Amino acid sequence: MQELIERAKALLADGTVSRVLGWRATDTPFGPEPAFFESGEELNEFVYNCFCGANLSKYLIESSALEGKTLAFLKPCDTYSFNQLCKEHRIDRGKTYIIGVGCKGKITVERLHELGIKGILDVEDAGDTLTVKTLYGEKSCPYSDAMLERCHACKGKEHRVADEVIGESADTTDTDRFAKVTELEQMTSKERYAFFQAELSKCIRCNACRNVCPVCNCRKCVFDGNAFDSVQKANATEFEEKMFHIIRAFHVAGRCTDCGECSRVCPQGIPLHLLNRKLIKDMDAFYGEYQAGEDTSTVSPLTAYTEHDIEPEAGKGGNE
Amino acid sequence: MTQRLSREELPRLYAAIAQVADLFLPVKRAGKTNFALWNTQTEVDLDTLKTAKSPKDLFFPQCEPLYTCDWREGNLTVTAQALAERDFVVFGVRGCDLRGLDVLDRVFLSDPVDSFYAARREHGTVIAFACREPEESCFCRTFGVDCAEPGGDVTVWLTDGTLYWRANTPKGQALTDRLDLLGKTDDADEQRLAAEQTAAREIIDRLPYANLFLDGWNGDATEARFASPLWEKLYRPCLACGACTFACPTCQCYDIRDYDTGNGVQRFRCWDSCMYSDFTMMAHGNNRTSQMQRFRQRFMHKLVYFPANNDGMYSCVGCGRCVEQCPSGLNIVKVIKAFEKEAKK
Repeated sequence: MQELIERAKALLADGTVSRVLGWRATDTPFGPEPAFFESGEELNEFVYNCFCGANLSKYLIESSALEGKTLAFLKPCDTYSFNQLCKEHRIDRGKTYIIGVGCKGKITVERLHELGIKGILDVEDAGDTLTVKTLYGEKSCPYSDAMLERCHACKGKEHRVADEVIGESADTTDTDRFAKVTELEQMTSKERYAFFQAELSKCIRCNACRNVCPVCNCRKCVFDGNAFDSVQKANATEFEEKMFHIIRAFHVAGRCTDCGECSRVCPQGIPLHLLNRKLIKDMDAFYGEYQAGEDTSTVSPLTAYTEHDIEPEAGKGGNE
Repeated sequence: MTQRLSREELPRLYAAIAQVADLFLPVKRAGKTNFALWNTQTEVDLDTLKTAKSPKDLFFPQCEPLYTCDWREGNLTVTAQALAERDFVVFGVRGCDLRGLDVLDRVFLSDPVDSFYAARREHGTVIAFACREPEESCFCRTFGVDCAEPGGDVTVWLTDGTLYWRANTPKGQALTDRLDLLGKTDDADEQRLAAEQTAAREIIDRLPYANLFLDGWNGDATEARFASPLWEKLYRPCLACGACTFACPTCQCYDIRDYDTGNGVQRFRCWDSCMYSDFTMMAHGNNRTSQMQRFRQRFMHKLVYFPANNDGMYSCVGCGRCVEQCPSGLNIVKVIKAFEKEAKK
C-alpha cells in the first residue's frame, strides 16, 4: 500500500495529475470509502485493503469535467467498467492516469455477519485466512468464505487498461459464472417466478443498484421524474417491484460488464447480477461470446447488425 | 410482574398472540430478515439482531393510499381511505427502533395529527425485545437508549432457554391477560435476568461507537454547522441512493402522488428521500441543487433541526443500519466523528 501512496504523491508533485481517486481509511478497517485526494498530506489517509470492493470507475465521469488529469487506482474488474465508459464517451481517457492495483478478491463485513461472526472490532488478513477480533472473542474463517460473489466468478486478473500496474493478483475463480443462471433456466416458469418474486419483493426502491452501476449513467433517469405513471419511489404493486429491475437489466444489456456492484450494494441482498448474467449468457449464445469493457473498440452485439443475426423468435419459449 | 416461557414454546406463543391480533415479527425470507405477518409457515428469526428494514413501515408504510377520486357520468365521488381497524401486535422491536417510534410520534401525533399513523398506533401493541449481543455498528447509548431495558407495551428478554415477559402498559397488560401459557418467575429467574442485563450493558461499554461526541450538535449551532467546509469533503462518496433513509427508523419524509385510474386518480403517499434529486421539488424548481446540500440536509435534520423543534430530542436512535448498509461506507457516525475531530483540533 505504501508503494501506491508514494507513487500517487510523486505523480501529484510533478504535476502529471491534479487529483487522485482511491479509497480513504476511516475509523474501522472494514469501512474504506471512495475518495478524491488533492494533496500529498491528504494521501496519508489513503488505504488499499481487502475491503476495497467499491468500483471507482464511475467517479471518473464526474472528474472528466474537472481541470487536469485524475489518477485512479483500478482493480482488474474495475478496468472493464472504465473501458465501457470510455467507449460510451462518458470518460475522457486523456484526462485519466490509471494505475492497476493487484487483487486477491474482495471481502465484506456482511459476509462475515452471514457466517455468524458478530461484534467485529478488527479483521486481520493473514493470506488464506482471516482472523477476526470481536466483542465475543477471536474468530477465524477462510478468506474465500468472506469474498464477494463476483470474486468467486472472477473475469481474470489482467488489467484491461493501465498506464502502470502495481501489486500482485491471485486467481480467485472457483465457480462457474453461469451455474446459477443455468439452474434458473432449468426451473419451470412457475418456480422461476417464485424465485424472483421472493427476491424482488424485498426491494425497497432505494436505487442503490442503479446509482452504483457504472453503466447506469443517464443524466436523468426515466424513473426520476413525473413523465410516466409508474415513476414512484416505492413499489406500489408486485408488478412495480419487478418492472424497475427488468427495465434496468434491459437498459444495461450489452453494456453491463458484470462487475457485480448491484449485488454488492443491495441492502436487501437481492442477487441482481443474475438478471444481467442471464442476458449476457443469451447474448453469448445468440451472437458469440462478448465481454463488455474488454476493450474500447469492439461493437456490442446489440448495437451491431450482421446478416446472420439470429431471428427474434429464437429466444421465445423457455422451459415450461 | 415478570413472567416466563420456555424457548421451545415460542411457536405456541406466536399462535396464541395470533388468535388475538395480527402478529408481525422478524421473518427470514430469501436470506434477509424483515418484519412480516406471522403464520404457521413463516421462518421466524430472532437471532438476527437487526432487521434489514426497521419496523417503521408497520405504522408508516412505505406506500399507502390516501383517497380516491372517481369521475363517472358527470359525478365526482371522493372516497377517503379507511383507517386501520384491526388490532395488531409487533413482536421483537429493539430498543433503538422503539425510540424511533417516539420520534415518529413527535412528527405524526403533533397537531395536525396524521390520522393514518394515529390509527395504527392506537391499534398496535409493541413488544420490545431486549438486546443480548449488541454489534459493532450499534450506538444506541449515545442517544440514551438502554437496549437491556427497552420499554414498550411489553418487554421480552430471550436467554438460552427462556423467554421472560413483562407487561409495562395497560395495552401490554390487556394482551398478557389473554395469554394463558406464561408461567410465574422465581428469585432465580430474576437473578438470571439481572445478570443478562448487566452482561449486555457491559458489551455496550465496549462497543467502538458507544459514546459519540455530540457537543455542538443542537439547535443553537445551526449557522456554524450549516456553513462548515467539512460537508464538501464528507459528501463526496455519496451515490445519492436512498438506502440510508429507507433503512432508517426515524426518516419520515414522504411524497404525495396521484395514480391515474382511468376514471380519476388514486392519491397516495410513499416514502421520499432527501438524497433524491427531486426531493421537495416545487413549481419553481428545487431549493437544494447539489448532492452536498442534500447530504447535509439529512444530518442537519437529525442532529440540529429536529432537536431544535423537539425539546432537544435527536432524530437518530443509534440503530446503525446506515453504518451497515451504505454502499459507499458513509454514515452518521462518520459525520459526528468528523465534526468531533474538527472541534478538538
